This record gives sequence, structure tokens and C-alpha cells, in this order.
Amino acid sequence: MFKNIAELIEQAKKQDKKIWEIMLDQEVVTSGLSPEAIWETMAVRYEVMEKAIERGISGVHSRSGLTGGDAKRLYDYIKNGKFLTDKTSLLASCYAVATNEVNAAMGVICATPTAGSSGTVPGVLFALKDTHDLSSDRIIEALFTAGALGYVVANNAIISGARGGCQAEVGSAAAMAAGAAVELMGGTPDQIGHAFSIALKNLLGLACDPVGGLVEVPCVKRNAGGAAIALSAAEMALAGIESRIPADEVILAMYKIGITMPVTIRETALGGLATTPTGLDWQERIALEEF
Amino acid sequence: MLGPSSSHTAGAVRIGQIARKLFGQEPDRLTIHFYGSFAKTYKGHATDVAIVGGLLNMEVADEALPNAIHIAQEQGINIHFIAEEEIPEEPNTVKIVMEKGPDRLEVTGVSVGGGAVQITEYAGFPIRLSGDFPTLLILHHDAYGAISQVSQLLEKHEINIAHMEVSRLAKGEVALMLIETDEMISPTILQDISRSKHVIRASMLALDEI
Repeated sequence: MFKNIAELIEQAKKQDKKIWEIMLDQEVVTSGLSPEAIWETMAVRYEVMEKAIERGISGVHSRSGLTGGDAKRLYDYIKNGKFLTDKTSLLASCYAVATNEVNAAMGVICATPTAGSSGTVPGVLFALKDTHDLSSDRIIEALFTAGALGYVVANNAIISGARGGCQAEVGSAAAMAAGAAVELMGGTPDQIGHAFSIALKNLLGLACDPVGGLVEVPCVKRNAGGAAIALSAAEMALAGIESRIPADEVILAMYKIGITMPVTIRETALGGLATTPTGLDWQERIALEEF
Repeated sequence: MLGPSSSHTAGAVRIGQIARKLFGQEPDRLTIHFYGSFAKTYKGHATDVAIVGGLLNMEVADEALPNAIHIAQEQGINIHFIAEEEIPEEPNTVKIVMEKGPDRLEVTGVSVGGGAVQITEYAGFPIRLSGDFPTLLILHHDAYGAISQVSQLLEKHEINIAHMEVSRLAKGEVALMLIETDEMISPTILQDISRSKHVIRASMLALDEI
């Protein structure tokens, strides 16, 4: 059993196992289910993510009209072949947006770790699947890796925007995705820890300030940003770059920032983007439509 | 799960489901009080819809969930929502008052992210209930021997207690025993407990992981 990232890495090294295997072992112990049954549960999550991405890139709109259609826009842009960065990074952002647009439209998604941050992890993993020709089994393994990292954050800190701001949601998701991407690409347990730390450090302090209190603006595009940061952190870790601050200390820093954040930027729609003139205009329009 | 928010939607469904199990019957009247972030954003997150869906025993990925309020109203359930100004300890707090005729139960729950929830108040008793373990909630007369009777019954059926709390509102009146166990408790055991001396009402909670 692991309680923090240091123990998780230590156990993987000691037992010469991948992080995903340590997570699966722990689930067997805590749930009393067989490894096959647990794998099957994760395979169902995988299918939910795949379906959400497919639905998102075909174009979906929320009831409020605040978000929708951007995943399709980005997908068409990628297909056009002319872009600034690379296909993995763009697809990751595209799939992240797709998932969160489906979420905003009250569609079925998998919380990773939350619904508001449900795009980042599948965005990164399914993009890598496409560009590196990986099997679905490899992605399911990576979901266990992401799960192990998210488990530590949820148990040692916070993952809800109302308790700790967006850093607790998209920040945690990006850290999970970065670590999972490193394992998927053959990185070491230590490199997974560094990728996790680098990604989370880049999102510390991020406010949760949704317009009209809806999980749409800025949430949908924040997931695209989270995916891009996750990939950047994963690349740095794979290049041998280390985080000066260890993962568990970054998690604690996130927690402390979260609990001291003003309530206006913790999912109350009382500050930040929610109270900009345009944000307030939208809030009024949404209220008139009577949800 | 169904979007848009794991704490405001999936968590709310779970609180509704647990409240319904604790009440043990379909209510004909619901008064739902929202606090903190719930109070400010419940409409946009469909928290109202989610709570009612949970109270109708819907699952978090149920495609009918968005219509939960409409479905409940068609079944003749009277529903009121109140956004409270009071600042709660936890940002996402909801108090559900369930009524069926003269029977009434108040349950307060908090949603802590990722769909995880805790029940913090039951019939006026402050508690901490996650729903992750099989849990027995026993309302009983505050009298000597009440606890040992229940623990002996559990021993007889080889059930291990993981966590236990006993509290009362006033000496000699109604008390609450909250017992989390490692093993599942069968309806027969629950019936045995309900029938034992001093016990007023026993309910059992065993939520599947969502």
C-alpha cells in the first residue's frame, strides 16, 4: 500500500514493476476483486473516454450556448496539416476540448479526477495512442498509472475546485497525465515523479472562476492547456530534467494554496472571469433562459 | 458519469441515493437546502437535477438523469429548492428534508470532489459517513445494554467492526449508533438488530463504488 508519491516510486523500483502494476495490485487488495475484474472496470472507463472524444470531435453544443463546436474546429485544423507545433500536442488539446464539450452538454464522461477536468488525461493518452500507434491495452495501463497519481492527490490534498481552485482540478489532471505519458513512453518511476511535479507546479494557484457557475468557460479550454502542459512536462522529464521540489511537497503546496484561496475564486462565480463585464452578461442571459 | 461537474453533479447524485436509502421509502415531499458553492452554482451544474435523480435511485451515468425533476414531479413528488446564504464548513453542502405523510428525515451531505461524498448529519446527529463501507445506522433508546446487544449480534454473525460511533442528543432519550463493518450485513441480521430491545429503527447502507 502506498500513501504518497515517494512510496509509490519506491515500491515500483523495489518490486521492479511499473506504476500501473502497483496500482492494480493495490486495487486487488482493497477491493477483494480479481485483477481481471478490475482491468475490465478500467476498460469500461476507456470506452467511455473514447466515445466522448468521438462525440466531441463531431461537434456538440451545451445548453447555455457558451461552449461547443471547438473540438471539431481544432480537428479540422489538424486535418488541414498546417500547424505551429506537432500533431500529438494538437490532438491532445483537441481531444481534451472534445471531452469537456461533451461534459458541458451533460454527456457521459469519466471523471479524471473530476468532470470539470475530465479532458486532460484522455486528451494526452488518446493523442499518444494515435500518433505512436499504441494498443488500447497500453492506454488502459496508462489509466492505472494516472489513477495511482490521482489517488495520492485526492487522499493527501484536494481535487475539487470548490475546495482548492482549478489548480486542484486541471492541475491534478495535468500532473496525472504527465506521469502516465512518461510511463507510456518507457520512462522510469523517478521520471514519472518529476513529470508529475513539473506539470502541477506550472498550474499552482490557478483560480476556479466559471462564468455563470457553469463548467464551460474557462474549463473547456483550460483542459486543452492542461494537456499541453502535461506533454511539455513529460518531455522535460524524459529528457532527464528533474523537479527541484519533490512531488509530495508540490502536492502539499497545492493543498495549502487551495485552502487559503479566497472563496470568490473557488467555484462560486463571485470573482475572476465570472465577474468580468462579459462574464456577468452571460450570467444574466443564462439566468433568463431558466435552467 | 454524466457531466458537467463531479462534485456538483455526480457527488450530488450519490448524496441523493444515500439519503433515499436512509429514508427507506420514496418521499412525497422534498425540501432541498443548498449551501456555499452549491447555493451559488446549483442551477448551472444541474445539482438540483442530480440530487433529485439520486433520490429517485438513478445512477450517475443514467441518460434519463437530465429529466429527473420532471420525472419526480410526474410521480407527484412536491419539491422545493432553497439557496441558503449561511457559510458552511464545507463549500458543497446540501441538506435534504424528506417527508412521506408524517414520517420525516433530515440528511445533510457534502461533496468533496471526484464524486466522493460524506453524510455529515442524520436526523439531527452529526456523523461522518462516506458510504465506502457497509454501514449500520441504529436509532435506539439511550439505555444500558443497547450497544452490547448489537455488538453481540454482530459477533454471532462473524462481522468485524471497522469503525463505530455512539452519540445522543440528551441523556435518556434517543441515541444513534453508527457502525461501519468489513463484511456485508444480510437483511436477516438487520432484522435481528431491528427487533432487539431498545432499537427504534435500524437501516443499512452499502453503496457500490461509483
